[in-house]
This record gives sequence, C-alpha cells and structure tokens, in this order.
Amino acid sequence: MSVRHALLALLSEGPKYGLQLRQEFEARTGEVWPLNVGQVYTTLQRLERDGLVESDDAAEEGPQKGFRITADGADELAGWLRTPPDLSSPPRDELVIKVLVAFRMPGVDVHEVIQVHRRYLVELMQQWTHLKEDEGQFDLGFALVVDAELFRLDSVIRWLDTAEGRLKRAEVEQPQSASFPMPKLRRRVGVRT
Amino acid sequence: MSYLELRGVSKVYGEGPTEVHALTGVDLSADAGQLVAVMGASGSGKSTLLTIAGSLEEPTSGEVLVGGALLSKMSRNDKARMRRRSIGYVFQDYNLLAGLSAVENVSLPLELDGVAAKKAQSAGMAVLEELGLADRATSFPDELSGGERQRVSIARAVVGERHLLLADEPSGALDSANGEAVMRLVLAACRRGVAAVVVTHEAQLASWADRVVFLRDGRVVDQTEPLSGIEESLLAHGPKQ
Repeated sequence: MSVRHALLALLSEGPKYGLQLRQEFEARTGEVWPLNVGQVYTTLQRLERDGLVESDDAAEEGPQKGFRITADGADELAGWLRTPPDLSSPPRDELVIKVLVAFRMPGVDVHEVIQVHRRYLVELMQQWTHLKEDEGQFDLGFALVVDAELFRLDSVIRWLDTAEGRLKRAEVEQPQSASFPMPKLRRRVGVRT
Repeated sequence: MSYLELRGVSKVYGEGPTEVHALTGVDLSADAGQLVAVMGASGSGKSTLLTIAGSLEEPTSGEVLVGGALLSKMSRNDKARMRRRSIGYVFQDYNLLAGLSAVENVSLPLELDGVAAKKAQSAGMAVLEELGLADRATSFPDELSGGERQRVSIARAVVGERHLLLADEPSGALDSANGEAVMRLVLAACRRGVAAVVVTHEAQLASWADRVVFLRDGRVVDQTEPLSGIEESLLAHGPKQ
C-alpha cells in the first residue's frame, strides 16, 4: 500500500492539514489501515523534498501546517493510478510450500494439512462477512476493502480445493507419483533454490 | 435447542460391488435462529445430506429429528405435512413452476396445506414485499432474472410458519452480488428464528454461516469455531504493508 500516493490523492481534492490527512486516510480505507501521525509527517516531508507537495512556509511544524499538491505531484498521482502493480512473478507462498512438502512427507496426511488451512481461512472469511451483515453501518470504502479481502481469501481456498482434488486423483491414478525425486518437482514448479 | 438433528446418519446406495457409501456416521445439528453451512467438494455427500435432513430420502441407518420428532416414527402423511408446513427448500435451479406467477409460486405451499387461496395469496404477497419483489408478483418465472427467480424461491421457502430452511447451492448460477443478496435473505430468515442449513462448495457463501461444517467423502471431518470478538482482532492488525 502506498501511503505516499494515498496522501497525494487526498491533497488532489484541495489543501489539507497533516492531522486532517491522517483522519481522512483512515476513514477512506474503512479504518482498516491504521496510520500513525509520524508516518504522515515523514511521508509529507519526503513528498515536499521531491517537489510533489508544497507547505505553508509561514506556519509552524505541527498539526496546523497546511499542504497542497504541486503540478508534478498531480502527474505522479495520475501515473501511479494507471500503472498496474507488479504481479508478474509468483510470490513465494508459504502455504503452497507447506502443501508441496506435506504430500511427500511419510506419515503426513496432506488432506489433513489442507483442511487445517481451509478451516482457518473460512473462519477468517466468516469474520469479514460478519462485518458486512449490517448494511446500514457499512460505508462504500469499507465495503470495497472487505470484498477485496474476501476474494483474496476465497482464491486461496479455491486453490486448496483444486489441490486436494488433484492430489486425490493422483492417488488413484498414479500411486507411484509420490516417489518422484525432488529435483524433478523443483524443475516442474519453478521453485527457486 | 436444535431444531434439526442428524445422529449417526449413513446412506448407502446399491449393493455388493456397486455399493456406494454416500454418507457415513454424520452428526449435524442446527438450532433455531442458526445458519449452518455444510461445505464440501462435488460428490462429498452434501446434497444427500440435505435430502435426508428434509425427509425427502431415508437414511440407511441413523436418526433424523426435526422439531424434536423422530422422522423414522412418523407416517408418510405426517412427514408430507411437516414438509409442507415446517420446511422450506431452496434449490440451485430454483424449481419454480413455469405456469404459475411469482406470487402463485410463493403461495402454493400454503394452498396445498389447505389455506384458502385468497389468504394464501395475500401471505405470499407479504413475503414478496418483504423481499423487495412486490412489483414482480404477477411475472412468470421466464420473465424474471436469475437473481429474482432465486429470491422468489426463497420467498416460497419462508412463507407461512416455516422453522427450517434447507438450501442446496442457492447462489450456484448467480453472480456475486445476487449471491450475496440471496445469503442476506437466508440470514434474515435465521435472525427471525428459522434454523437453516446451506450446502455449498463456495467459501464466500459458507462464510455467511454461524457455523461451517466440512464434509469429505461422506464424513464430517471438521467444523469452524464460533465467532467471537472478531472485528477488533481483524482491524487492530490492519493489512500487511
């Protein structure tokens, strides 16, 4: 999450004070991203150093010091909004690694390992969904954040379901597959060493 | 108190070499006011479990209690009456009668149970109003969208004095916004005191439940812990940056 760009976005609406920026940042992100005031001022100082925001020179440092976005800041913000985040290389996912390890380990039931994680993820999803229950107290920013979290967790569960199905089919069709040597597996899934 | 209770329920189809164990020793309960989700892959026994819970099929062994009454001790007629009066069913493909309008579909269970047509229709209309479908009451199923059809089928499942709602993949063919609307209706019925069991393979649907039970190869293998003190713990940490 780029605090830097979120602050530029808030300043694109007009000049604001540091404290105001912190409050608005938290409100707009459904209060899911807590931000300390020190983080706000450090980021503002860097933005000012880079010429992306300007401050009221006359005002003293502190909550009453006002900031506004510069033309360069507006360009930076517009560019950031339209630049996709880097999702090109797969993350080194701990859960994927655990399942890869579990299905080859003697004495370990990979289905049980998968279920432990599936239950935990469903419990997390229940908690997020519970937050959606009362629509009346549900602001739009928060709704978007909760949806994003639910879809992220859901995608992990879908992968676990698919992995379990694939492992079950492999157990029936190729009982010998568990004896494949690790180097071959590494090549097939592209795990970095 | 549990409105629905399955005790050691097993179901075997076929005999000898073709024998299929669809369910094995399943214990499951749903209290009045509680939404229970049963989650499992295709072929895990979810739909069999639901049809047995709804007395549409009999278990090979084990007992099912609905409202404290043992189904095995009830006559066919008593079971049929209980199904009409106390149990609402929601299916993935809606199962609405094509020749009846929305309000006629919704009021049908009451009419079958002997309620006068006019009274049944006004009860059906009241439920449709509650679900925001009053303006679609005279539309026929083929004039409704998928989301509207499923909402009508939920109206049919909760009309009258239903105590148990059984839903099989209720948002299966719907997009996520309509799926969410369907689960909100199921949850609203629970908050009015209905016990509900939803079977699904979708985590997004199951996550609306108070309790999620996991079914694998016809056996209950796990269930979630009750929710408690959650919002604080989620929000205190914030996402990883």
